[in-house]
Amino acid sequence: MLEVQNVSYSVTEDGVTRKILDDVSLTIPDSKLTVITGPNGGGKSTLARIIAGVLTPDSGRILFDGQDITDMSVTDRARIGIGFAFQQPVRFKGIKVIDLLRLAKDTKKLSSADACKYLAAVGLCAKDYIDREVNASLSGGELKRIEIATVLIKQSKLSLFDEPEAGIDLWSFQNLIEVFDGMRKHIEGSSIIIISHQERILKIADEILLIKDGKLAARGEADEIMPMLMANESVVKNCNLTDIWKGGAEC
Amino acid sequence: MELDETQKRILAEVADLHKIPVGAFNIRSNGESLGRNSTENIEITPKTDVSGIDIRIKPGTKNESVHIPVIISKTGHTEAVYNDFYVGEGADVLIVAGCGIDNCGNVDSKHDGIHRFHIGKGAHIKYVEKHYGSGTGSGKRIMNPVTEVFMEEGSSCEMEMVQIKGVDDTVRVTNAVLAAGCTLLVGERLMTHDDQRAVSKYNVELNGDGSSADVVSRAVARDRSYQEFEAVIAGNAKCHGHSECDSIIMDEGIILAVPALKANCVDAELIHEAAIGKIAGEQIMKLMTLGLTEQEAEEEIVNGFMR
Repeated sequence: MLEVQNVSYSVTEDGVTRKILDDVSLTIPDSKLTVITGPNGGGKSTLARIIAGVLTPDSGRILFDGQDITDMSVTDRARIGIGFAFQQPVRFKGIKVIDLLRLAKDTKKLSSADACKYLAAVGLCAKDYIDREVNASLSGGELKRIEIATVLIKQSKLSLFDEPEAGIDLWSFQNLIEVFDGMRKHIEGSSIIIISHQERILKIADEILLIKDGKLAARGEADEIMPMLMANESVVKNCNLTDIWKGGAEC
Repeated sequence: MELDETQKRILAEVADLHKIPVGAFNIRSNGESLGRNSTENIEITPKTDVSGIDIRIKPGTKNESVHIPVIISKTGHTEAVYNDFYVGEGADVLIVAGCGIDNCGNVDSKHDGIHRFHIGKGAHIKYVEKHYGSGTGSGKRIMNPVTEVFMEEGSSCEMEMVQIKGVDDTVRVTNAVLAAGCTLLVGERLMTHDDQRAVSKYNVELNGDGSSADVVSRAVARDRSYQEFEAVIAGNAKCHGHSECDSIIMDEGIILAVPALKANCVDAELIHEAAIGKIAGEQIMKLMTLGLTEQEAEEEIVNGFMR
C-alpha cells in the first residue's frame, strides 16, 4: 500500500512561486488499478514523479508498505518495487531495446523470446525492434511503447504509468488497454497507478482519484466518479477516430 | 609460436584473438615477427628498407581476412612500422589491425604505425583497428597511427577505429583520397581517462563524381583528459560528405571539435555535425528507475555510447 501524506510541492519561475501540489493526502490500496486523473496542469504528473522519487516534495511524507520512503533514492525505490514509466521517455545513443529490457529485468540472461513477449504486448513487432538503438531513429510512439515495456517487464509491486496513452496511435492504444486489463487480472499482491485523462483508461479503473488545482478533489470507484468527470470535458478526453485521422496520432 | 600471458591478453584485447588466426596474419611483438602466414590469395612479405610488411591481396579475393596485431610488452620499446596494403580489383576482405602496449616500467613505450591502403577498382575492405594500453609503470603508452587510403573507382572502405583504454598519448592522422563512385565509412570511438591526451585528424578528398564519405566519431573524455577532433572534408566533384563528432565530457575532461568542410565544386554536398555535452540527467534518471545506481547508470550510458 502506498500512502501520500500531506505532500506539497511548488516551483519558482521568474521570481514567482507557484504551488503545484497543496497538502495532498491519499492512499493507493494493494491489488487495485488506480487511475489519477484531472485537468492539465493540475499536478498529476508531479505527484507521480514524487512517488517515483524523481522529485522531492517541499513537505509531507510518502510511505510504501508502511516504510517511509520520502528520503529514499530513485534507485532504492526501484529496488523495493516501484516501477515508473515516464510521460516523455528519453533516448540513448548506443543502448539497444534489448539492453534496456535486460536492465529493467535485472538479468543479463533475458532471452530474446522473453523480451519479445513484452514488446508484442505493447504492439511492437519484436524482431524489428529488439536490436534497434533507443535513439532518435525511433518515433515518439515507438519510444513510448518501449518505455511501457520496460515497466511491464520489471513486474514491480507498484507500477506507475504517467500518461501512457500520449503519443500512441489508436491500434496500440487498444492494445494498451488490453495490457492494463491483463495486468489487472493478475494484480493480486501488487498495484497499478495510471496517470491519465482518457475515458477508456478511466473505465478499467478500480478506483479514480481526481487531482485538480494541486488538491485531491474527489475519489471513488469508477462507477461513481465517471459520471461526474464526463460532465467536465476539460478533465476527460474521449479517444475517437476523428482525432486519430486528423493526424494527431494521439488519443 | 609461443605466447606468454601478457601477449595473449593483448591479442584478445586488440584483435579478439584467443588463438592463432585463420588465414593470413602477421603477429609482431616487441619489434619482431612472432608468426606470419600467407595464403594463396594474400601474400605478406617483410619490407627490406624500413620496418614493416607489404600485404598483397589478389584481385577477386573474397571472404578472407588478414590479422596484423602488434604487441609491445617491453618497457621503453619504441618503433615506427610501415605496412602497405595492395588490395586487388574486386577483392572483398577483412583486415584486423590493432596495437596493445603493456608498460610496467618507468620509460615511455611507443608505436607509430603507418598504414597505407591502395584499394583497387571495385574492391571493398573492412578495416578494424583497436588500440589498448595496460601496465602499472609511470612510463607512458604512446601510439601515433597514420592511415592513408587511396581509393580507385568504385571501391569502398569501412573503417572501425577504437581506443577505449590505457593509451596515454595519441595523435591519429587519417587521410583518404576517393575517386569516382567510391565510398568511405569511418566509425571512430575514442575514450580517454586520467591525464590522457588524444588528437584525431581526418583529411578526406572527394575527387570523383559519385564519391561519398561519412566520418562519424564518438568520444568520451573523463577525469582530466583532453581530446581534439579535426575533420576536413573537401568536395572536389559531385559528391556527398558528412562528418559527425558526438562527444560526452565527464569530470574535468576537455574536448575540442573542429569539423571543417571545403567545397571546391558547385555540386559537392557537404554536411558536418558536432555535439559536446555531459550525460543527460534524464538518461541517468531513467536507468535509476530501473534500479541502477547513478554510477552504474553512467557506466551503462558510456558503454552503450562507445559500442
